[in-house]
Amino acid sequence: MAFMKITSPHAHSPGNTGDVMKQVILACIPGLVILSYFFGPGTLINVVMASFTAVVCEAAVLKLRNRPIEFYIKDYSAVLTGVLLGLALPPYCPWWIVAIGSASAIILAKQLYGGMGYNPFNPAMVGYVILLISFPVEMTQWAPPRPLLEGGQALMGPMAALQQIWLGVSVDGYTAATPLDVFKQNEGKLLLENMYREAPIFSNGSWAGAGFEWANLGFLAGGGYLLYKKIFTWHTPVSMLATIVIMSFIFYDGGSSNSGGSATFHLFSGATMLGAFFIATDPVSSAVSTRGRLVYGAGIGLLIYLIRVWGNYPDAVAFAVLLMNFAAPFIDHYTLPRTYGHEQSRRATEKQE
Amino acid sequence: MTDFAVILISTILVNNFVLVQFLGLCPFMGVSNKLETAIGMGGATTFVLTLAAICSYLVSNYILIPLDLEYLKTISFILVIAVVVQFAKMFIEKTSPLLYRVLGVFLPLITTNCAVLGVALQNSAKAHTFVESTLYGFGAALGFSLVLILFSAMRERLAVADVPAPFKGPAIGMITAGLMSLAFMGFSGLV
Repeated sequence: MAFMKITSPHAHSPGNTGDVMKQVILACIPGLVILSYFFGPGTLINVVMASFTAVVCEAAVLKLRNRPIEFYIKDYSAVLTGVLLGLALPPYCPWWIVAIGSASAIILAKQLYGGMGYNPFNPAMVGYVILLISFPVEMTQWAPPRPLLEGGQALMGPMAALQQIWLGVSVDGYTAATPLDVFKQNEGKLLLENMYREAPIFSNGSWAGAGFEWANLGFLAGGGYLLYKKIFTWHTPVSMLATIVIMSFIFYDGGSSNSGGSATFHLFSGATMLGAFFIATDPVSSAVSTRGRLVYGAGIGLLIYLIRVWGNYPDAVAFAVLLMNFAAPFIDHYTLPRTYGHEQSRRATEKQE
Repeated sequence: MTDFAVILISTILVNNFVLVQFLGLCPFMGVSNKLETAIGMGGATTFVLTLAAICSYLVSNYILIPLDLEYLKTISFILVIAVVVQFAKMFIEKTSPLLYRVLGVFLPLITTNCAVLGVALQNSAKAHTFVESTLYGFGAALGFSLVLILFSAMRERLAVADVPAPFKGPAIGMITAGLMSLAFMGFSGLV
């Protein structure tokens, strides 16, 4: 009679990678709904196309590598990469933008490194940065939010959206500068107070720019849900947001034309909340230890602020996350927690006595 | 003061010698397999690069330009760098035998680091003053050390990743360096 050898751990936590990924996808829904309400069906179409391409690419590479396809597809990590990329892309961008971004995210940034669990960079952000640098024109055209549409102009319907995405039939004048664009172009011209009054994107918004403030609030709600579910710890998002707030306080200078912008403005525009709760918390590419995560999050916040205020690009979440991904193994190396039974923390590479 | 800060930020981040100007790639790929050696190499390169920037400035401004021998710039800079590296080697050997043993092989390698010659040539092309030249060399070395050390920590992790066979080793290192170069483009316009 053969006895089975069962080694520790004997107590298993319920759930697996697939469940975690599904929770994160679920938490994206409030943000996605708000984006669709303000900008029309563009983002939803992006999300669907990006996750479809991601799954197809993942399956193709797994097939090439003779790995079990179903097992890896079922962990939903490729779907999540597609969803995050789709949320970050401008609505109504041409289909090939979505396809190239999603394919390079999965093939270049994930599968070349060995797939799930090995990628040193966040795949969705790699896809986004590749697109932003290769196709700057298509990547910087955002649709106008609902309150900005002039009389008679309706929000783009599903049919018009599909025509623009697949056939390139563009609706005239259906683009608008995002709050961060307006802010960047204002540098040295108007006092912030006057800019808020004159730029329609700000005068139609309640506290940080029409549409975008609510989308960020949606992602904040989703992030709160994930924190409640203990999908990730609070360290990365809180230290990232806190750093942005501190930097904005230091460089606000009362709202002159060269001001760095208020804390509310930075927290609720661009991809701040999406980045803080859904991108920076990626368990694979971020730092591992508690102290490491604080440093990692603070680094992302600092870089976002630096590039937004003094760099060429209006938003910087993708760049900041990639740069800190690059630094994450180094951070881990110097923030190892103390091992139980040892007096001091020990480096992983040190030889054992 | 602002000018000096601009030079430092520019050479460390915006015009990083490795990831933006693609100079000094051989040690970047060759010595980045282990974090400890990368830190040693970063320190040695910082020492040599700063010293080489100073010496090449002196040679260029007090020997080549007064004697109208500027066409000998490249070859005399190579000579200066070789001398500085040899000097650094002897200096470290006498003062810190332990560091010398750690760095041993890498010290002569710095001679062939094109970032060192690149700094000397760019200093003379941009007509930097003495302090600017020194800072330019120091900043270039700091930028080089920064990405070398971060990259080596990442490569230690890549070494145990399940990378597809054709991409193992330097190939995935090159791809990683390429992605890093993309991320560094985010710094454009910072100064």
